[in-house]
Amino acid sequence: MSPDDATPAVGERRWVNRALGALAWITALIFFFPVLWMVLNSFKTEEEANRSPNLNFDPTLDRYREVTESTGGLLSFGEAFMNSAVVVLLSTLIVLALAIPAAYALAIKPVTKWRDVLFFFISTKFLPVVASILPLWILARDLELLNTRLVLIVLYTAINLPLAVWMLRSFFVEIPRELIEAAEIDGARLRGQLTSVILPLAAPGIAATALLCVIFAWNEFFYAVQLNPVDGSTVPVWVTTNISTRGEFLAKLSAASVLACIPVVLAGWIAQKRMIRGLAMGAIK
Amino acid sequence: MIPPRVGRQLLSDTWRRRLPLLPALLFTILLTQVPFAFSVYYSFTDWTVVPPSPREFVGIDNYRELLRDEFFGDAIVTSIQLTVFPVLAALVLGTAFALLLDRKFLGRGIVRTMLITPFLLVPVVIGLVWKNQMFHGLYGVINWVIEKLGGTPVEFVSEYPTLSIIITLIWQWTPFMMLIMLAGLQSQPSDVLEAAKVDGAAPFGIFRQLTLSHLRPYMELGVLLGAIYLIQVYDQIAVITGGGPGSTNVPYYVFQRSIGGGWQFGLASAYSIVVVIASIIIATFALRVLSRLLKGEAAA
Repeated sequence: MSPDDATPAVGERRWVNRALGALAWITALIFFFPVLWMVLNSFKTEEEANRSPNLNFDPTLDRYREVTESTGGLLSFGEAFMNSAVVVLLSTLIVLALAIPAAYALAIKPVTKWRDVLFFFISTKFLPVVASILPLWILARDLELLNTRLVLIVLYTAINLPLAVWMLRSFFVEIPRELIEAAEIDGARLRGQLTSVILPLAAPGIAATALLCVIFAWNEFFYAVQLNPVDGSTVPVWVTTNISTRGEFLAKLSAASVLACIPVVLAGWIAQKRMIRGLAMGAIK
Repeated sequence: MIPPRVGRQLLSDTWRRRLPLLPALLFTILLTQVPFAFSVYYSFTDWTVVPPSPREFVGIDNYRELLRDEFFGDAIVTSIQLTVFPVLAALVLGTAFALLLDRKFLGRGIVRTMLITPFLLVPVVIGLVWKNQMFHGLYGVINWVIEKLGGTPVEFVSEYPTLSIIITLIWQWTPFMMLIMLAGLQSQPSDVLEAAKVDGAAPFGIFRQLTLSHLRPYMELGVLLGAIYLIQVYDQIAVITGGGPGSTNVPYYVFQRSIGGGWQFGLASAYSIVVVIASIIIATFALRVLSRLLKGEAAA
């Protein structure tokens, strides 16, 4: 039910609605509190952060300066950020390049066993990472790909490809058949149909798919720390290098955490409505 | 859906249809099925990488050892705890949040934004925030609240390592369940609800009879997708306890016995196959649900 066409509540119902609205606010504030606390701590000094909880402090940006300038471990923030950006963007582009034609062959001009193929793709998501990590580690070692961006680009493509195929297929099915047939009569081949009809119409769905790929790739830690733990690694690995066994690190770790989360959180906030639709269409259909 | 063309088909047409599919299909087979086949093969060998040893076929010895290994039994119990509790708790909370959001009120967009946020955070960061800022014995917010209420502080992570991870996972996965449930609620046909209201049905009756039955497939899907991810959770364990007392699940144990320092690739592979079997069991149910939804789509 869309809330916009809800009939105006009167009397008792209005009171119930207000109470439920207030309950939603209180729930959200409690649930969101750890995020807020992390952000607050990132503006404190170590001394202020390593005390029992308090709100009495002078906000400072010094921790951000420290974590971006110094290299506590081998990995600097700049390097990690560049590695993450390259790995995430390239793997997402490759996913789209592979998944768009595949979704075409499953939705628009389907192969005879499209249902089986679709299920094969999604079933690979059910294969746990631990089932393939050892052979992949051996292979990466033998090909001297450990600690390279390439190994992560390939693996993140593999992680996201099945989901992207599944989601894109559901968006392509929605495209009115007449439009594709019209383009076909005009003599457009696969590429022509894609650029003139399919891609423009499915653009919101493709954007939602790409966003989910970006989120999963940006946040990935297991492959990054197993196959790429040293200088070629990504932002989540860099965050953990800000934990020190000696001395206090809480404020610095908070600043590093905020930096690591900002890109994906902002993208997710902006695209949240589209993401709900994407999950509805992609995950359900 | 256009029915597959019947009758004689030119080979070239069949292959023209298949061609766009092949790159994605080959890529996926190469990076998932082939390594898995190697894992199965390794699991029947006594291969140790450090110190390097010849790879010799030992039959089912690794699987026999696995049955004797009490740590492995513990890891299975932990795996179940770290999957079942977070999935169910996140489902209940996520559904409740989605129902709260599925009505108009002041600042609804902001509330939804706040509730979604944990799903977007880097999982490693989630683990670190909860460990160092929520659970911490001296500076943790939870202990501060406990003390204000007159209780004694609890060292959550060292005293209740598995529970600490479970709470963190619930926080992380609730928004995911909420998103799926919101998608389900928004796909609910409003005319049926209106009709029920006009007929004078009680709100709770409508909820139980219509909304819950409509949401059921979404709940099933949320549970199964959540379980698939949670059964292989690694990040939280790595940063919160490092596998400390009783909080090692099977994937983490596989890692400890192989790349994480044990280097017994043969034995570790056998352990990983057990995770695969558990996943296949969950996946069978998941695929059945998906298949039913897909058939519903074809019929619509």
